[in-house]
Amino acid sequence: MKQEIIIAGFGGQGVLSMGKILAYSGLMEGKEVSWMPSYGPEQRGGTANVTVILSDGPISSPILNQYDIAIILNQPSLDKFESKVKPDGILIYDGYGIHGEIKRKDIHVYRIDAMDAATEMKNDKVFNMLILGGLLKVAPMVRLENVLLGLKKSLPERHHKLLPMNEAAIKKGMEIIISHK
Amino acid sequence: MAEELNLMKGNEAVAHAAIRYGTDGYFGYPITPQSEILETLMAEMPWEKTGMVVLQAESEVAAINMIYGGAASGKRVMTSSSSPGISLKQEGISYLAGADLPCLIVNVMRGGPGLGTIQPSQADYFQTVKGGGHGDYRLITLAPSSVQEMADFVSLGFDLAFTYSNPCMILSDGIIGQMMEKVALPPYRKRKTEAEIREESPWAVQGKPKGRRPNIVTSLELDPAIMEENNNRFQAKYKKIEEAEVRYEEFHCEDAEYLLVAFGSAARICQKTVELARLEGIKLGLLRPITLWPFPKEIIKTYAHKVKGMLSVELNAGQMVEDVRLAVNGKIRVEHFGRLGGIVFTPDEILVALKEKIIQHG
Repeated sequence: MKQEIIIAGFGGQGVLSMGKILAYSGLMEGKEVSWMPSYGPEQRGGTANVTVILSDGPISSPILNQYDIAIILNQPSLDKFESKVKPDGILIYDGYGIHGEIKRKDIHVYRIDAMDAATEMKNDKVFNMLILGGLLKVAPMVRLENVLLGLKKSLPERHHKLLPMNEAAIKKGMEIIISHK
Repeated sequence: MAEELNLMKGNEAVAHAAIRYGTDGYFGYPITPQSEILETLMAEMPWEKTGMVVLQAESEVAAINMIYGGAASGKRVMTSSSSPGISLKQEGISYLAGADLPCLIVNVMRGGPGLGTIQPSQADYFQTVKGGGHGDYRLITLAPSSVQEMADFVSLGFDLAFTYSNPCMILSDGIIGQMMEKVALPPYRKRKTEAEIREESPWAVQGKPKGRRPNIVTSLELDPAIMEENNNRFQAKYKKIEEAEVRYEEFHCEDAEYLLVAFGSAARICQKTVELARLEGIKLGLLRPITLWPFPKEIIKTYAHKVKGMLSVELNAGQMVEDVRLAVNGKIRVEHFGRLGGIVFTPDEILVALKEKIIQHG
């Protein structure tokens, strides 16, 4: 089993750290993992994306032209990556970030209003963990216990007091993701 | 679980491997995309654990000359930089080669020429394997294609450097430096004691005991007859390295009708191209040079008798392809495919290039 995932949005949305937590979760699950950021000026507020691969076997290229799953957090990322989801693949988007139509009919599309939920939780920092929860709901590639272990391993110890809040956000994300019709 | 699971960037792996190898000193100057090497070393504070020196020099030129000093005293010393910074180090590298000094240099390449971009590139191939600095010298060059190899090549690089008393370079790029993968770090080794260094490197300048002639470490020789002898000695050493230290990896080559030749990050991307091609029924293989100098020319020559054509896939305008063509010597078609300036090709793009440049021509 191999999952090839792109997470794309604005710098500052927690795209890279969400990818990192997903990669750590895969590590805890005993999988081969790779985390490949697009780095550079985009880290200062432009578009940012990261390719994460979780696999039971060796991983060849960390850079891909097609993805099993695309997590799309802003319009420029939708424009760039909608066509690169494999047929029968998954596209997850945040309702707040996307204003255009999703044209593909041969993929499974899910909407998660994570920006709204984060506002409700009065903490915009959990935005990416809500998205991660949504991803794990529709594509359960790692067990929740390993996600929590991965979260713990990827956070510096001084931030471990934030673990319960992040766990709550992941569980909330699992509840609020809906199929896009 | 006996083995600790680590997930880290290639740059971080270099830093951890250097501490564990028993490196005596790191001297460097920050530059993207390799700054995590110095950052990780500073965060780990190895001077408190192993006594390893970590120093941010005032410039790249200062750093490489600190390497010269450390190496002359028989210590295991290393530096790292990215393309523009490596250009600044070239004079020092030539001096190190001219003085038979072992050391490890890491280049995490970025797009050039000039200050260029901070994105990945492999455009320093010529600089690394064809000279870079002045004079008839060679740099042992290792090209890692995974985070694991970034860690492994620190010890391999130092071992080769000390076996042959020659500088060694790890030629990496922004992809391998910045990506995170699983890595098993080597066990801790003790740094060499002064007595061990005296035993192992009797040429080292460590203070002259009574009754021994002074050790002199220099690349300067005003008598051309002696300088020619020195050069002959270098050439004999390079010949030995070429005979003993060629390394490469074959991926689906057994039944291949066409071959990709690629190193480092490009080779990782090409693995996927091989998978895609085989889904279409194209018998494609990949030959990955691990040592760029010495270059694996014999195995390429062997494949020139087995396959119909080769595509040299590089993140540059066509550099290693010249060495592939020399090895193939006109026997079959050899073309190059690359992207430039920090743009990275995707696996499918390479397959299209293979069809256009090689397969269509029979």
